[in-house]
Amino acid sequence: MTSESRPSKQQLADEFRSFIDPQFVISDEETLKPYECDGLAMYREMPMLVVLPETVEQVQRVMRICHEKGVPVVARGAGTGLCAGAMPHKEGVVLSLAKFNRILDIDPVARTARLQPGVRNLAISEEAAQYGLYYGPDPSSQIACTIGGNVAENSGGVHCLKYGLTVHNLLKVEMITVEGERVTVGSDGLDACGMDLLALVTGSEGLLGVVTEVTVKLLPKPEVARVIMAGFDSIEKAGDAVGAVISHGIIPGGLEMMDGHAIIAADDFCQAGYPRDAKALLLCEVDGTEEEVDEHIAEAESVFRKLGATSIRTSTSEEERALLWKGRKSAFPAVGRISPDYYCMDGTIPRRHLAHVLLEMEKMSEEFGLRVANVFHAGDGNLHPLILFDANIPGEFETAEAFGSRILELCVEVGGCITGEHGVGVEKIRQMAVQFDDQELAQFHSVKAAFDPKGILNPGKGVPTLKFCQEYRSIEHKQHKHEAGAEHG
Amino acid sequence: MADQIQSLQEQVLQARKNGQTLNIVGGGTKSFMGRKTDTDSATLSLAEHSGVVEYHPVELVLTVRAGTTLSEIEAVLAEEGQCLHFEPPRLGDGATIGGTLACNLSGPARPWAGSVRDQVLGLRLLNGQGEHLRFGGQVMKNVAGYDVSRLQAGAMGTLGVMTEISLKVMPKPATTATLVQEMPLDSAIDYMNRRTGEPKPITGACWLDGKVYLRLAGARSAVEATAEQWEGEVFEGGNGLWQQIQDMQHEFFAGDDPLWRFSVKSSAVMPSLDGPWLVDWAGAQRWYRGPATLSDLEPVAAEAGGQVSLFRGGDRTGEVMHSQPEALKAIQRRIKQSFDPDGLFNPGRLYSWL
Repeated sequence: MTSESRPSKQQLADEFRSFIDPQFVISDEETLKPYECDGLAMYREMPMLVVLPETVEQVQRVMRICHEKGVPVVARGAGTGLCAGAMPHKEGVVLSLAKFNRILDIDPVARTARLQPGVRNLAISEEAAQYGLYYGPDPSSQIACTIGGNVAENSGGVHCLKYGLTVHNLLKVEMITVEGERVTVGSDGLDACGMDLLALVTGSEGLLGVVTEVTVKLLPKPEVARVIMAGFDSIEKAGDAVGAVISHGIIPGGLEMMDGHAIIAADDFCQAGYPRDAKALLLCEVDGTEEEVDEHIAEAESVFRKLGATSIRTSTSEEERALLWKGRKSAFPAVGRISPDYYCMDGTIPRRHLAHVLLEMEKMSEEFGLRVANVFHAGDGNLHPLILFDANIPGEFETAEAFGSRILELCVEVGGCITGEHGVGVEKIRQMAVQFDDQELAQFHSVKAAFDPKGILNPGKGVPTLKFCQEYRSIEHKQHKHEAGAEHG
Repeated sequence: MADQIQSLQEQVLQARKNGQTLNIVGGGTKSFMGRKTDTDSATLSLAEHSGVVEYHPVELVLTVRAGTTLSEIEAVLAEEGQCLHFEPPRLGDGATIGGTLACNLSGPARPWAGSVRDQVLGLRLLNGQGEHLRFGGQVMKNVAGYDVSRLQAGAMGTLGVMTEISLKVMPKPATTATLVQEMPLDSAIDYMNRRTGEPKPITGACWLDGKVYLRLAGARSAVEATAEQWEGEVFEGGNGLWQQIQDMQHEFFAGDDPLWRFSVKSSAVMPSLDGPWLVDWAGAQRWYRGPATLSDLEPVAAEAGGQVSLFRGGDRTGEVMHSQPEALKAIQRRIKQSFDPDGLFNPGRLYSWL
């Protein structure tokens, strides 16, 4: 596909304006500007055009035109993603689903919600609350992020161990194929016949189709939830405590860990009453019926005490529960206060390697000369190291990026993965070459081609080209070996 | 039992060279499922490729070879007080985890605990070029690359030979109790849905022979309190009944009459079809016995928001799975082509066109 064969910006804009309200076809620099990045603002690109269709038919026509003419299409929800997955293509169209923001139906008996893709994650639970129901996955951006984006990224949150990721909470999606066909993937039943395309589409980062409707499962809101805050004088002890609770047959609704840096930053930020001298803090939330929660809270407290918790506090009211969570929920802005900028990573590891990984990270922190604070979805092994840096110092973001790469590669080394819930996008495309070999990546490319033979959906994201990988592996690994040799030799 | 990967890989490469199609078999307990196809396929047996590769109870993660039997897995997990939460149907002694995932079979707890597909964390697979690939991982959260692992669920081996599977496992519930009461089917559908919408430790809801059964499982105090609050008698034979339904050993499933599986919206009105029904999953899975054709039943299932398949018996030379629209057919054909360009694996087993 050469750019010569593509229509000019003006031609394309005129064509879109023939069937989309002209004010929703954006072509001037100033109005395009807000679309140049998503939540990972370090990666930017100006799009050729942004369109905001208002009907599914308009989405279909946009896709048909772009497919026929080989114009790249980047679908976009609220733009809160953290991997530059919605970063525009400079010769492409950003297809915003922002106008699709209606909750179409809530069925309180079957416990389902039918949603347009631009509905905000939190709005689902707010609307379902009148029936005593809610939507499970709760990414920390839930106030702003959309369900369409959640499907694209297979978003998680703090309740995944018990309630699953987006993929576990979907029944079906309506999707526009790259050729502009409208198809339904999945059904209102729990299992559908044929290949599980719903699983394939979930988390596919807008590379396989454009989702125009989502049906999710709703859950009954637990009768009660209580949280235990436990401080420990070492990461190892806190890690052991997580394992011990689970070994007792308790699956907490949420199980979060923070390291010493994050504890102090969060406590300074919102005076949550965290133990400031602790090296690790656990927040262990148990939800369920009154009886079950009482039983499990007592057991978990006793486990923490036995494993040497230096402080324990258990919420006895909703206010106290909210306060204890407040520090964790504001950990990112809190860290933002102690550093001009921070870079959030998203690796997942088998929990047994936690202490080792954090120790290695401390070493890297010294090596790169940048501080790192850790918040951790301890229940499911999903790490969010926050690398602190100052973007105004030339080269410092590049250093943070290199530090981040090393952290992700360490996650792979211990049997984990490069992204638990934020996605690959542009940001982690290099590390894909570390997690997967060429045959696996080639298989991904052929899966992509099964949906999008011309490769116009979100090109350059998610899966790297093989040539790129070979180059990356050879450069990076030479460096690693060199560094490792210098350290140990 | 041991690692047979080299032999499996050689068999795939040899088959490719000879243009020989392969019928992938674990324990052979689900050979009645899917379409009846030409029998000139050679058998690729996974039965010997078995055993636990890694098990970390504290991580809730189990990695096994695909030919490992469900009974072996359950025995290993039981020692640590854990289980496969999705309650895999054991359709025979030799039933393997690979076959269970390929057929996407889950038991009575499925609406609450998720399906086998939901518990898959990662797997290894031989594709049609004999490449041994690894997808997903051994961690709860992993969004790197397409979810090829879960794509295998229900694909009936048409995309490759699964060799190793990592699953999320869960603690066994401390206590279970079953409540039973008489109720007509239409009312039972509504009742099971409403009970499922309450924040109580429910993990089973089925209707059979004029009675509705609810299973409670979890912390003892919660199970006992809920059993007190809800109507219905405590049914002492509960565990046996759920096991019979899970393993399809209940007399409802006996005999040669065609067995149809409706996977529909849980609250959908019962279709007016004469014949025996067993309604499980709080209404989302409905078993029907009786002569019918797929083309007659498809509109009935669609009206109920779901799909139908001919699970066992009947005419298996035609299609047995709910039909697919052209656009999705085209995508699935291309996916098949991408994994298995020479069409070696289980040709025609899932659909005639795959």
